[in-house]
Amino acid sequence: MVEGLVGKKLGITQVFNEDGVITPVTVIQAGPCVVVQKKTFERDGYEKIQLGFVDPKGKTRANKPMKGHFKKADAPATRILREFSFSEDEENPVNVGDSILARDIFKVFDLVDVTGKTKGRGFQGVIKRHGFSGGRATHGSMHHRGPGSIGASAYPSRVVAGMKGPGQMGSKRVTVKRLQVVQIDEENNLMLVKGSVPGAPGGYVLVTRTK
Amino acid sequence: MNPVEMVEKKYMEREAPEFRPGDTVRVNVKIREGGEFRIQVFEGVVIAIKRRGLQSTFTVRKVTSGYGVERIFPLYSPVIESIQRIKKGRVRRAKLYYLRERKGKAARIREIR
Repeated sequence: MVEGLVGKKLGITQVFNEDGVITPVTVIQAGPCVVVQKKTFERDGYEKIQLGFVDPKGKTRANKPMKGHFKKADAPATRILREFSFSEDEENPVNVGDSILARDIFKVFDLVDVTGKTKGRGFQGVIKRHGFSGGRATHGSMHHRGPGSIGASAYPSRVVAGMKGPGQMGSKRVTVKRLQVVQIDEENNLMLVKGSVPGAPGGYVLVTRTK
Repeated sequence: MNPVEMVEKKYMEREAPEFRPGDTVRVNVKIREGGEFRIQVFEGVVIAIKRRGLQSTFTVRKVTSGYGVERIFPLYSPVIESIQRIKKGRVRRAKLYYLRERKGKAARIREIR
């Protein structure tokens, strides 16, 4: 059993249960993923499985060496390759070339962690980036959206490492943990998880089982 | 059809609303009591419809013993058993929030027959 797969965030909506309770959900295109390579202790020093996300719409720009890599697995070229841990036994081996679908590894009510790249917000000040409160706008305050004191003059007389300041916000890898699987659409390979997931619609996400 | 719509479609069995802002409607709401369902009626004027696909809602206002009561229903909620239109109202805007400031005779809505 593979512990996760690569998906694509499609958007968010909500679902009702019969009592009218509304659950906000993110729709994720969950595969099909194809096993492209198996990393082994003997050869690579660790055991992981390499999955490619087969997107019918996504064009791939695999170069020649990569094409050979996919050919070896007899798999279609994919845009994205990611490694996941897995477990196998005699009855359920995981083989190169296998197709991995959401319904094979997850079921409703499972908890999953979803990793993605957040929407980029550019270079932002401390108010937006860290939620600083800022100063008074009027009455001659002269202190509006700046960070304020960062080190004082006598003590400590330096800026402590890790001080929050302005800078690039977003566009970084974030994992949202313990999201509940609400629904799995086997026919269309969709999975619905409760809550929000990093990134814009169309972005790739990694869905793994919560440990 | 995009996949998100595909997911939503399953929940959108009810027809598009056959009522408009200004109409007086009777909403039959299913209420669970223990294991059984009971129908509760909420009757009033539709003062707003927010059309957002599956996430559409509508607001019903009524005045009960001098107090204005508004209830916002998700249009596609399975809790709504049925919606009946009692009166068609003639109004000139989509959101009738001005009714909140009016009382009695001033809060009337002309009816179309």
